[in-house]
Amino acid sequence: MDSSTIEFIQQLINGLSLGATYALIALGYTMVFGVLRFINFAHGDILMLGSFAGFYCGPWVTAFTRKLAGNPDPTRDLTGFQDWVGPWESLLGLALVLVVVMSACAAFGMLVEFLCYRPLRNRPRITVLITAIGVSLFIESMGQFIFGAAPRLFPEIISDRSIDFSAHGEQWAGLTLLRSQVLTFLVTGLLLVALTLLVKRTKIGMAMRALAFNPTACALMGVNVSLIVSFTFGLGSALGGAAGILSSIERPSIDPLMGVLFGLKAFVAAVLGGIGNLAGAVLGGLLIGVIEIMVVAYGPSTYRDAVAFAVLIVILLLRPAGLLGKNVREKV
Amino acid sequence: MKSFDRTKIVLLVTIALVALLAYVCNRSPEFLQSRIYDILLGIGISIILAEGLNLVNGYTGQFSLGHAGFMAVGAFLGSAMSLGIAFPYLDGPTWAGAGWTVIFKVLQQGFAWLVNVFFWLHNSLVGLATGLPGWGKFLIALIYGGSTAALSGLLVGVPSLRLKGDYLAIVTLGFNEIIRVIIQNAEPLGAQRGLTGVPSNTNFFWVFAFAALTIYVVHNLVHSTYGRGFLAVRDDEIAAESMGINTTKYKVLAFVVGAAFAGIAGTLYAHQKQYINPEGFNFIRSVDIVVMVILGGMGNTVGVCIAAVLLTILPEILRDVAKLEWLPIWLREVAENRMIIYSLILIILMLARPQGLFGGWGKKKGAA
Repeated sequence: MDSSTIEFIQQLINGLSLGATYALIALGYTMVFGVLRFINFAHGDILMLGSFAGFYCGPWVTAFTRKLAGNPDPTRDLTGFQDWVGPWESLLGLALVLVVVMSACAAFGMLVEFLCYRPLRNRPRITVLITAIGVSLFIESMGQFIFGAAPRLFPEIISDRSIDFSAHGEQWAGLTLLRSQVLTFLVTGLLLVALTLLVKRTKIGMAMRALAFNPTACALMGVNVSLIVSFTFGLGSALGGAAGILSSIERPSIDPLMGVLFGLKAFVAAVLGGIGNLAGAVLGGLLIGVIEIMVVAYGPSTYRDAVAFAVLIVILLLRPAGLLGKNVREKV
Repeated sequence: MKSFDRTKIVLLVTIALVALLAYVCNRSPEFLQSRIYDILLGIGISIILAEGLNLVNGYTGQFSLGHAGFMAVGAFLGSAMSLGIAFPYLDGPTWAGAGWTVIFKVLQQGFAWLVNVFFWLHNSLVGLATGLPGWGKFLIALIYGGSTAALSGLLVGVPSLRLKGDYLAIVTLGFNEIIRVIIQNAEPLGAQRGLTGVPSNTNFFWVFAFAALTIYVVHNLVHSTYGRGFLAVRDDEIAAESMGINTTKYKVLAFVVGAAFAGIAGTLYAHQKQYINPEGFNFIRSVDIVVMVILGGMGNTVGVCIAAVLLTILPEILRDVAKLEWLPIWLREVAENRMIIYSLILIILMLARPQGLFGGWGKKKGAA
């Protein structure tokens, strides 16, 4: 294989791992849109909160995994960490961080829904939209206030190493796959399977689907609408928190405004796949991730942040329902 | 319409008053250097921005979140006019060795031609304006900033106004980002460094004459046939369409007029601060303007005017509060970060009084 093909595969892997993060956030947008028909602007900021939650609980977890690894010496600096903690301890550490952060984010998402969106349930959509923008700005500015505006370095939770491919044959030389990328794919895949099972196989998942299909009939059939909405927010925010951890492991510089662009791009992903459609959100997320990385690699890289919006405009003009969405006529 | 109706007289009298006040201001050089004068100019620019956006968000009910993008167009192109910056023409693609990529090359060539037509117009206008005296050049810069912003409003509005509500908000936000990124990549406009040394032409007269003109245009537009169309689109788009109203036309018109005033405000802003940076026209700047419109009550000219004044003074007061030494340190830090307060205003207002602080004021039966 020539070097340009290897380069292309490398960029594809990078794009997919970025896209996996977008997919996780896009799922939150899509689920909330499904049950409430509105776009939760503040969802991108949940990712930021997830990252910062990981930032604060990460050192505790590394201390714990150190103990498991039989070397509870806290004076060793973190850079040497990966030399003596094996992959299993780091997996356990990652799982611990994910559980803690996802529950914290779920609780926060439910709190936001309870305080800000529930009182507005039957108000005009524009009111809810403005509130959502307000909530998003509030989280960002409070983040700057509490965490400080300067970027922080995310602690090392797993031992990140590149997996060597050249052992499998000369033609793979030059291809690097990071452990964190493998973990991103793995965790995203697991979460997707769990989410699909939850939505398709459980009673609460059925209630969510029913609510998305027809809220009035759903309430008449005895479904507790508020509970389901709250649960959906929690679920979406938990996925957002997981996305925050995964993206920060790969790109360890975190700051209070990191959620803005992530959230907007993930929203574009949700629209690209067809908003309200879970498979569409994943497809859209992966596509946006790959397109973005390809533009950076082969096109004008300074236009990186504008690409997603260009995609959004094109998709809204050509196929407003999204790639996997059904065209629904608006009822009068 | 009569040739000299009441509103026109009010406009002319206001402009005459503004000219008189500006004359008085100019007599005192200390006042021109003072902070109060700076804030006054800021208030006028905010009024132009907020009233322009009020036409789109308030009267026509199309939630736009990208007003700062049009302001950026006006600020940068207006300053380019004042500074005499000409654009170098784009080269077409190289045709040699084009296989199947010829499709892209044709597109690229077409794009280059289109852009070059605009560049040619810009460059010849710059050439024409060079010999003019200061105020004439500034007037041309203002008109040019306004019309290029209107043109970009047309380009943005035609595709995006097919969307509604949340989608429109995000697409306009996206265009705001795209405009910003394009300016950040435009080397003649200073790229990421921004433009410095813009002549300090903005004064009391220009700002408030244009503020009066904005209110006049918005008021008269809303109280005309067009205004009925705007309100019909806002109140029920489907009903309006079934009554034979060309909703797209009204939406695009409101958008273009709003963008034009944003462009003028941008040019005024650039010639006041004398330094502009693309970073200053981001999403946060758009939100500033949106908060003014919402606080004043969407579709309420007087309310939005008051809100624009209040929200321009507020950051200045907060800056003073942050300097008070007897306050606890966290309160001073909150005061320094005005977005905390803005976002709280938004949330609380939507929960408690969604029609805005002054919503319902000055509304006559059935009228706007």
